[in-house]
Amino acid sequence: MEYTYAVQMKGITKRFGKVLANNNVDLDLRKGEILSLLGENGSGKTTLMNMLAGIYFPDEGQIFVNGEEVVIRSPKDAFDNHIGMVHQHFKLVDVFSAADNIILGEKEEKLPFKEEKQQIIEDALANNAECDEYEKEEHDGVLSYLTAPKRITDKELKKRLSLLPWTRFARSVKFNWLKKNRAGDLQGIADKYGFEIDLKKKIYDMSVSEKQTVEIIKVLYRKADILILDEPTAVLTPQEITKLFSVMRKMKEDGKSIIIITHKLNEVMEISDRVAVLRKGEHIATVDTKETSEKQLTEMMVGKKVDLNIERATPHDVEDRLVVEHLSAVNHDGIKVLDDVSFTARSGEILGIAGIAGSGQKELLEAIAGLQKLNTGDITYYDPAKNNEKVDLRSKTPVQIRELGVRLSFVPEDRLGMGLVGNMDITDNMMLRSYRKGIPFFLDRKNPKKLAEKIVDELQVATPNTQTPVRRLSGGNVQKILVGREIAAAPTVFMAAYPVRGLDINSSYTIYHLLNEQKEKGVAVIFVGEDLDVLIDLCDRIMVICGGKITGVIDGRRAIKEQIGSLMLGREIAFDDENKNKETAQNEAE
Amino acid sequence: MFVKFLTSAIRLSAVFLYGSTGEIIVEKGGHLNLGIPGIMSVSAAVSVLAEYSLIKSMGTSAPALLVLIPIIVAFLVGALMGFLYSFLTVTLRCNQNVVGLAMTTLGVGLAGYYMTGAGAKIMIVARASKYFVKLFDVSGGGAFSQIFFSHGILVYLAIIIAVIAQIVLSKTRTGLNLRAVGENPATADAAGINVSKYKYVSTCVGCGISGLGGLFCVMDYMGGNWEYVLEGFGWLSIALVIFTLWKPALSILGSIIFAGLYIASSYIEGISFAQIELIKLLPYVVTILVLVITSMINKRETQAPAALGQSYYREDR
Amino acid sequence: MKQNKEPLVHLVKRDNVAPWKPWVIRAATILGGLIFICLLCFAELKVSPFKVIKYMFTGAFGNEHNVLVMFRQMSLLLIIALAITPAFKMRFWNIGAEGQVLIGAFGACACMFYCGGKMSDAGLIVLMLVVAIAAGMIWAVIPALFKAKWNTNETLFTLMMNYIALQIVLYFIKVWVPGGTGSLNPIKYGNLPQIAGGDYYFSMIFAAIITVAMFCYLRFSKHGYEITVVGESVNTAKYIGINVKKVIIRTLILSGAICGIAGFLIVAGIDHTISKDTVGGQGFTAVLVSWLAQFNPIAMIFTSFLVAFLTRGTQEVMTSSGITNNFFAQVVTGIMFIIILASEFLIRYQIVFRKKHKDEIGGNDTESAEDSKTEIETENVNDEQIETAQAEEPIAQNVEVATEKGVN
Repeated sequence: MEYTYAVQMKGITKRFGKVLANNNVDLDLRKGEILSLLGENGSGKTTLMNMLAGIYFPDEGQIFVNGEEVVIRSPKDAFDNHIGMVHQHFKLVDVFSAADNIILGEKEEKLPFKEEKQQIIEDALANNAECDEYEKEEHDGVLSYLTAPKRITDKELKKRLSLLPWTRFARSVKFNWLKKNRAGDLQGIADKYGFEIDLKKKIYDMSVSEKQTVEIIKVLYRKADILILDEPTAVLTPQEITKLFSVMRKMKEDGKSIIIITHKLNEVMEISDRVAVLRKGEHIATVDTKETSEKQLTEMMVGKKVDLNIERATPHDVEDRLVVEHLSAVNHDGIKVLDDVSFTARSGEILGIAGIAGSGQKELLEAIAGLQKLNTGDITYYDPAKNNEKVDLRSKTPVQIRELGVRLSFVPEDRLGMGLVGNMDITDNMMLRSYRKGIPFFLDRKNPKKLAEKIVDELQVATPNTQTPVRRLSGGNVQKILVGREIAAAPTVFMAAYPVRGLDINSSYTIYHLLNEQKEKGVAVIFVGEDLDVLIDLCDRIMVICGGKITGVIDGRRAIKEQIGSLMLGREIAFDDENKNKETAQNEAE
Repeated sequence: MFVKFLTSAIRLSAVFLYGSTGEIIVEKGGHLNLGIPGIMSVSAAVSVLAEYSLIKSMGTSAPALLVLIPIIVAFLVGALMGFLYSFLTVTLRCNQNVVGLAMTTLGVGLAGYYMTGAGAKIMIVARASKYFVKLFDVSGGGAFSQIFFSHGILVYLAIIIAVIAQIVLSKTRTGLNLRAVGENPATADAAGINVSKYKYVSTCVGCGISGLGGLFCVMDYMGGNWEYVLEGFGWLSIALVIFTLWKPALSILGSIIFAGLYIASSYIEGISFAQIELIKLLPYVVTILVLVITSMINKRETQAPAALGQSYYREDR
Repeated sequence: MKQNKEPLVHLVKRDNVAPWKPWVIRAATILGGLIFICLLCFAELKVSPFKVIKYMFTGAFGNEHNVLVMFRQMSLLLIIALAITPAFKMRFWNIGAEGQVLIGAFGACACMFYCGGKMSDAGLIVLMLVVAIAAGMIWAVIPALFKAKWNTNETLFTLMMNYIALQIVLYFIKVWVPGGTGSLNPIKYGNLPQIAGGDYYFSMIFAAIITVAMFCYLRFSKHGYEITVVGESVNTAKYIGINVKKVIIRTLILSGAICGIAGFLIVAGIDHTISKDTVGGQGFTAVLVSWLAQFNPIAMIFTSFLVAFLTRGTQEVMTSSGITNNFFAQVVTGIMFIIILASEFLIRYQIVFRKKHKDEIGGNDTESAEDSKTEIETENVNDEQIETAQAEEPIAQNVEVATEKGVN
């Protein structure tokens, strides 16, 4: 069967410095279909779509829209090709109404003056030619006189031409004038696809789902036929997802072609006609949804297990260190980010946390560190220095936690925005945690300087000296300084969020080594990671989080990659593993 | 007495109205321009000098030109200062507060330098002031015509400009786009709006309008005299912007209130010289109250443009 | 379809600049500014540039009196600049130094007026100092409280506070001098003793002490460290448990107190009276002084010197041309500031000329790591990858493709 394609991307390659984000990717979107784009974090989905939307420009490869090759250099070019993308982070002006946001930046379509002048002349000529034709034929009767085309005289043409600047000006003014009922004009689009929205409502009064609707209408208003939705369901409730899907189906019936990026397998199966799977920047396959299964998709997405040769010692002297029970929290948009999370971190163990980015990992760690407000739940710490006495950490500030004698170290995801101060030198960054110590009022820079020198020396940080602002260091070295500082606090609980993100192989192994060292020292290590191979080879237990909920805790030595993958996607599928034991240990959260 | 008071208040209000309308336009584009006092001063000085050379060369035979040309000059000088300001803050991305203060230092200095010892010139210029002071003859009119029709052309122009500014800001796409630039330049940029162009044009136009305030102050309010009051008027205009919640139409009323407070002392009987100063304090206190109350209520419409005071650099995002 | 032309020049944030380089650029700019000012004087006053330079130096250094006056002016400016520095460092845009100094001066003057002659001069001076400091503190802490509690815009708030202070002073002058000239004659009580026959040295001594103290406070104290962290990143401050509100209020109390001292020095040491011109715009000039010194107390010695030198120098140039007002000095200062402000651009950004447009929109390989955070967030991973990929490159990659020539 022959298909007509809305978009064809051929041999697309995109590099960011040395990193290959997309490697020779081919992707087709048929007209009037919904295509799901599936892949892990960092598989290059968004990069690929950003090249369609004009945010990035591909290094190699061609893009065809409706069979014609196009060059897309800016979002405007994308719009000109009727491609519209709804990004994960909405671009809306808060104090404007929905309608104002939709028409924002719209430009009047007008011909250059000379062309319009030419057109008027041509129209007149065509009209007169018609008159000539008409007069050649024979007509009679009053009726024919009335219907006869009117000739445009030279005088009238001249008048029209001389008035042209004014008519153009009047048109511009009219276009510039905002109609009183802006919402009314746009309601048609909303009604056509069944969006439920009050277009006069201000954005700051809107829920996330309403904001998303505004973004979609904005794209449709700009006459997009090809829509790209980047993880639209991540922020929605199940009811809202149902609504969105019904809208998407209506758009599809209307002939729009849609690409949807999502991580949820059930949604993929429910909404899409075909599924394209990306892994590590490469296109693995595009399959018909009807002919595939969740299991097959998971396998394609995570790929074969790669052995990384990370040493892993057997834990000893394991005891409960941090017990988290029934933690729930919402973010500032009112979305539930943690949903009844319970788990135990034990000393001498590395507890891995796996999950699609933004599933609540950040909030979980910040909740423990005293930075995230909780709705419900308890966090209890067992102090090894005081014979495992219970310490309640719930709703404590970071300072209070420290004053309670809890030695908690935290390597946040945002290194230079939170963990370190980019413009301060290495020594001053060392003091961030400890500056309150020592003599009153004055800072003690001696010890931090020694510590800085020690870390630079031991972790082989590439820096001219300890007076260098950390902002100038490379990602790996920045991370070494942050991790080194947190380890120097002699923690009993060590939490790290994506500590190897963006690091080269050598630096990554340094970090793994440091984590293992902590584990051997009897520290309870919590490691939020994204590379499943690393999690499986490094962690003693792997906890999988999906949409703020714990979907499973797996023994790291017996974990199967595909199984973690399916748990991350909120699905439980049984996988067989030839290399490891047949059984898949699966405990419920303690 | 009250008629006279109201008439004077409406007359003086024009200087605040020019200043605040101009500043609102600038602030809507996301720029807090603390250079307004300087811009008003320098516009006043240059337009007065222009008027002087005009009278020197052609006498007072063409009153229309004597009015029109200073207006154009004052606007252009203000716009030129605005251009300098936007070059520094938009293109060179300097800190807006600091640039604004430097502009005020420069502007007040320039005006002072050129006008000090220019007494002779001022005497000549004062001759033309009569063309500014009155537009209609209402000598026989009642209270109503006294209050509303006894003013000079620049008073009416101020109100017309404020109304137009309000309409453009709230009723046109140009205004919508400008507000978007001031609220969220990244979003405006993504929507295809040329952020820098909007910032430049709004700053230049806004500063030009403020410049007219300087001209009004000298030629109409002072009757062709030069006094160092413009800097104070400039700061009050900036206060007025907050007081009127960034709305030019409200500014018409607000400027009359400010002007009323400013001149109230002359119309209250039995007031001491000292108490006059206390009454003059009121506009600032009221402004602070408005500032505090709006921040407490934290309602989005009454807040300053969200990106006010921040430079926009596309790749900073 | 139409292809977009990419701009020929492209701005890139500088990242790897040798620490000495900005100061070289600044020094060069100041020199350029001075030359420009000489030419301006020549064009305006028809004084030859060499004579202008000569007059400038005689105005500033010509005789002992001139030198002392210049240093006194510089000292006061320096103290006020130092006062606002901690607030500015914290990104609290306090442009209310004018009012804080004035209200401090008013406090001191009120003590002189009401208590003068009723107590010993030494006691009076101590009382004046205390009241001045308290008044400055109150004036600064009011906007800070509202900023901390309701996030009220501090720039506009402190600006308004300036004029309230001014009106209060005007009111009391008229209360104190009923029906008179509207100016208060110097009061002979509570005057600081003259040192070496002049009223110059107290300000200088205070300025020296405060400079050293402020330098130490910002550099060596825990408070100073907290100010830096809050100014750099509120997120980090929260992460390490700094109470941001407390830091804001505490810092503004300090700021206001030093402004109060400046007010005290003006009244007790120099003017012995108060008028609306007591501070005379120095509060605003101090903002510029502090900013140009990049909030470095030591560098502030030089920037305040520059301003004092320019003011005194141009006044002499003016006097020599028979003009007695000091507005031209203001013009010169304004121009100088604008030139220096513009030069900051060269320090923060570099200009890159595009040869070919091969890169993605809004991105460029020579960009520093932070800049590559593109408009629409890509998957975080990719962002991070870009960051590192670029950051991992040797520093040499960030060489300036085009130097400052491009703008000059």
